[in-house]
Amino acid sequence: MTRALAIEAEVTKRYGARTVLAGATLAVRRGTVHALVGENGAGKSTLVKVIAGIVRGDGGTLGLGDRVIPAGDWDRVRARAARIGIVQQHGASAGTLSVVENAVLGAEPVRAGLLALDGVAAALRAQGRAIGMDVDPHARVETLSLGAAQRAEIVAALHAGADILILDEPTAVLAPVEVEGMLAMLRDLAARGVTIVIVTHKLDEVRAVADDVTVLREGRTVATFSRRPTAAASGDPLGDRPEGFSAASGPLDPAAIARAMVGAELPQPTLLPEPPATAPAMLELADVTVGTALTRATLRVRRGEVVGVAGVDGNGQRELALAIAGLVPATGAVAIGGAAAAGTSPARRLALGLAHIPEDRHRGGLLLDATIAANLALGRRDVTGRFVVDRAAVAKHAAARIVELDIRPADPAAVVRGLSGGNQQKVVVGRELSRPRLRAVVACQPTRGVDLGAVARIHDRLRAVAVAGAGVLVISADLDELLALCHRIVVLLRGAIAGEVGGDALRAPGARAALGALMTGATAA
Amino acid sequence: MKRELQAAAIAVLASLAVGSVLMLVVGVSPVRVWGTMVERTFTDEYNLGQMLFAATSLALCGLAVALALEAGLFNIGAEGQLAAGVLACSTLGAALPAGTPAPIAIPVCLAAAAGAGGLVAGGVGLLKATRGAHEVISSIMLNFVVAGVSLWLGNELLFVGGATTGAPIAPGAELPHLGLGGSSVNAALAITLAAAAAVWWLRDRTTWGEAWRAVGRDPAAARSAGISVERVQVLAMTASGALAGLAAANLVMGYKHAFEDGLGRNTGFLGISAALLGRSHPAGVIIAALLLGFLQAGGLAVAELVPKELTEMLQGVVVLAVAASVPFVARARARAPKEAA
Repeated sequence: MTRALAIEAEVTKRYGARTVLAGATLAVRRGTVHALVGENGAGKSTLVKVIAGIVRGDGGTLGLGDRVIPAGDWDRVRARAARIGIVQQHGASAGTLSVVENAVLGAEPVRAGLLALDGVAAALRAQGRAIGMDVDPHARVETLSLGAAQRAEIVAALHAGADILILDEPTAVLAPVEVEGMLAMLRDLAARGVTIVIVTHKLDEVRAVADDVTVLREGRTVATFSRRPTAAASGDPLGDRPEGFSAASGPLDPAAIARAMVGAELPQPTLLPEPPATAPAMLELADVTVGTALTRATLRVRRGEVVGVAGVDGNGQRELALAIAGLVPATGAVAIGGAAAAGTSPARRLALGLAHIPEDRHRGGLLLDATIAANLALGRRDVTGRFVVDRAAVAKHAAARIVELDIRPADPAAVVRGLSGGNQQKVVVGRELSRPRLRAVVACQPTRGVDLGAVARIHDRLRAVAVAGAGVLVISADLDELLALCHRIVVLLRGAIAGEVGGDALRAPGARAALGALMTGATAA
Repeated sequence: MKRELQAAAIAVLASLAVGSVLMLVVGVSPVRVWGTMVERTFTDEYNLGQMLFAATSLALCGLAVALALEAGLFNIGAEGQLAAGVLACSTLGAALPAGTPAPIAIPVCLAAAAGAGGLVAGGVGLLKATRGAHEVISSIMLNFVVAGVSLWLGNELLFVGGATTGAPIAPGAELPHLGLGGSSVNAALAITLAAAAAVWWLRDRTTWGEAWRAVGRDPAAARSAGISVERVQVLAMTASGALAGLAAANLVMGYKHAFEDGLGRNTGFLGISAALLGRSHPAGVIIAALLLGFLQAGGLAVAELVPKELTEMLQGVVVLAVAASVPFVARARARAPKEAA
């Protein structure tokens, strides 16, 4: 008889002296969508990586179907044999290979001594079509958008026969319209008997898709929730818990889940008062064009104003940010704090009072192998001094940023690679938003893949620099983020500004629909 | 830091082991050879001096390669930059009036050596920064260009009296010997230690060093944070070449006192070994250079026991062992926390 629990895990994992998982438990019912939530650094990614055999556990057990395996003996080969598929947060595809080549990596089909990919390619196409995800098996992964690359990984995992599919932050790279499709697809897969574990921060997604929820905090399971209350329906597998499974439990209630995640209530953000129309422009773009990716973008951000840029990923957002920062060749005019900056170097723009939070902290945001203190002072001559590094000033700067953003661990000498995604992002934000004489800020996906607590900290900092007199441009795929922060939202579609929603219209009930229509080009703006 | 030391220690032990096996193959006792090598190097002043002399050039070339490596550039052309330094230093030294006093002659010749090396490498950096030309290709090709130009100039203008040696440099430009049994070790050793200290200070205490290392770790992040990647590439290559060129001080000003074709040949390549073995840290490079210098000088001291090719092979084995020991140490560390549990 197959047991009703697909996964029953209890895992301990340490990295050096740091305990990431302290006996965290996870019980997943077969054929359900199980959300694993928690703040960044809570251990969610590590837990699913141990289950998928990517990271070796230090202690505890993994119950998979009828078998119980010590967590230290599990690896990716055995996990794959146990039909566990995983789609990781930052993707795990080789960019220079095609979708089908990635799918067969490590188990290449051979016919007469030659690689035989045609059958697999056709199967991938069919698999994709079956779940409503079109993939081009011959596309090179590095040419795909993040969302498309992720779809390819999901299809490949299913093709490999996964009946447990783990997705780490799958919606972080998707636009709102794509998120709906993704969630519907997950429900559909679960209905076909695939067990889904989804790691996420977003509670509305949890509410939309999850049957059960496990909340991790500081490496421990602190609560579980279920759409079906545990006391109901006799034989409910969640009633059949391992020893020591003592976490609180209850029905799906977003507020209760949020409380369990952060251990306290989150304060409601307050919207900043709109600056007067006469406020001077801090960031001005006129007809900025980047190749074919961005066409004649014209934009004005006033002192104290927070302007959002919405759009489906890949509609020119990245190029817009890079053009402002001077990191791609662009035509058109850019003014920072009233000073013309077109054609100048990135360093010159920073000197004019620009701060740039890059889209991907792992690509151009951080020196992953350097310390928190070194990253916070990277390129900051105002902190380090002009030639001889003022080490006391660097330490003081690091300590201040660590407190300001609650960076964990609160150790300036900690190497950034070892930090959770949210804390890495806080380091980037800490460095950029602490620049002196800040006039304009470009924040590109400032809270992508970051937990609720960190989101609140980062949003607070963005508001603070706006209040202090900077013009802030927030580029985000997360509409909730933009609605919480911005006075106005412009929409990018196919590299051009398709329209704008601001003022009372932004606070009206129809704002989300209006923005959604602009993002998909459903209406002429 | 600990990991770096482990990697270096494993590399050294591995090459000792490989060396011992090779000695067994040629039919001599490794214990006897190693013992004699240590004894003759460290009890005989001349041999000790020769080891320090070899280590001086190796350390300068090692520092050159290490500095570029920190900025993410593989300067494989220290060989050519050294040759350029030798050419400039000896030519200018010989052109100085014989009565030029040392306080003028020495700085002038040092500047010529460093300047010529810096010019060659700076060109490589400029090609990299402006045209995207890979520094490995352009620097190794420049090795041939510099060697060819040196020989041509030697034949046409510099060689005197039918030999492959040029006119002597002004006596004031000669660096004093340090004694040690009449060995070749000279004041360039002190210049080298000062250069190592300067490199360390630049690397760990200045914004230049921070910018270099930022570019070496992640050029995109450095650029985004306002560091000019191109400027770093040109400056770091120039500084690297200047250090390699400075080795001419040891070879020309401290030893031959004249231009000679092929002076210091292979030192630039061995400098790569010193940089890798020293894990790019100035102190590590000095220690690595001493070790390689010991193999070189000690190998000659036991020439009647083993062929000198053996010690040359050992220097190669050290580099292979360094390259191989890095992932080994990384794995051992990854495993360590679990064993502690």
